Amino acid sequence: MTSTDLPPAVQALIGVPQYEERSEFPIEIGYVYNTCAATANGNALFWDEAVARELTGGRIAPPTMLSVWMRPHYWAPGAPGERKALMAHFDLKELCGLPEAVVVSNEASFGEPVRMGDVLTATQIVRSVGPLKQTKLGTGRFWVIDVETRNQRGEWVGTETYNFLGYRRPGAEA
Amino acid sequence: MSAVRRLLASDVAPGQELPSLRVAVSATTIVLGALASRDWRPMHHDKAFAIERNGVQDIFINTPNFQAWFERYLTDWTGPTGRLGRMTFKMKRSVFPGDEMAFSGRVTGTSGDATGCRWVDVDFGVSVAGMLTTEGHAKLALPAHDGDNPWARRGPDWKP
Repeated sequence: MTSTDLPPAVQALIGVPQYEERSEFPIEIGYVYNTCAATANGNALFWDEAVARELTGGRIAPPTMLSVWMRPHYWAPGAPGERKALMAHFDLKELCGLPEAVVVSNEASFGEPVRMGDVLTATQIVRSVGPLKQTKLGTGRFWVIDVETRNQRGEWVGTETYNFLGYRRPGAEA
Repeated sequence: MSAVRRLLASDVAPGQELPSLRVAVSATTIVLGALASRDWRPMHHDKAFAIERNGVQDIFINTPNFQAWFERYLTDWTGPTGRLGRMTFKMKRSVFPGDEMAFSGRVTGTSGDATGCRWVDVDFGVSVAGMLTTEGHAKLALPAHDGDNPWARRGPDWKP
């Protein structure tokens, strides 16, 4: 539920698709291996070409890697400063004057598998921003952002819903 | 394919417990996960930043890497024919270097939809030193029989 005490600039963002972005490189197996290695994931679907061919008609990425493909490189030629994913979230931190934030919960639904060579497009939508509250971490607001992702054929590959707490630590200046 | 584990919907019943998994977490575990998920935020690799800016004791596992850990845990159980449809989780406490994560899960329901897809619902969690740090829920498709393959479902035949 969205609060009524919001700055107009925040209110104007709610429900509006923004930051439509394409993945910066075609989906590739190297990152799949990195993720599987980081979690000791031995699923044959991601390591065995024959299993992948039989079950999914070729190599795919783990569904939970959905957000991985949309994060920008930390640096790129000509890009001003640090590059961040989920800009709608950082906009809310700035507009609400809440310098810190944590992910409270995450929900994802997965559609067409992401295949090697795919190019994905994601859109960010702020769904709600709650009232100011006192929390264990400080004074803050909860907000919800959806990221909807499609492949180059326009097929839905997944939606991630992030529930954040943006907050100001006790004693920190507003 | 015969050597690969393949859990069928008929193998599963509500109340069934998933095999447990224990993982010792080091700073390397956390940094590997953050970099694999292309999450460059400093609280996942810079201890001083995590302490000073986030007010926590150390760097901690990032959300996308938690997703990957949960997928690994669930598909260790189902084998490669298990297909994730939906996953949600809520973090109550961060996981830090030195912690040991204990993954657990329990089947809460089984169902079928109008397309013939067989679904299993699982509640899962991670505990550290007996304290629940993260809890979640997943909905996975499993083969109805040996010749069935949830990954073959597309468009209107896939309703997660």
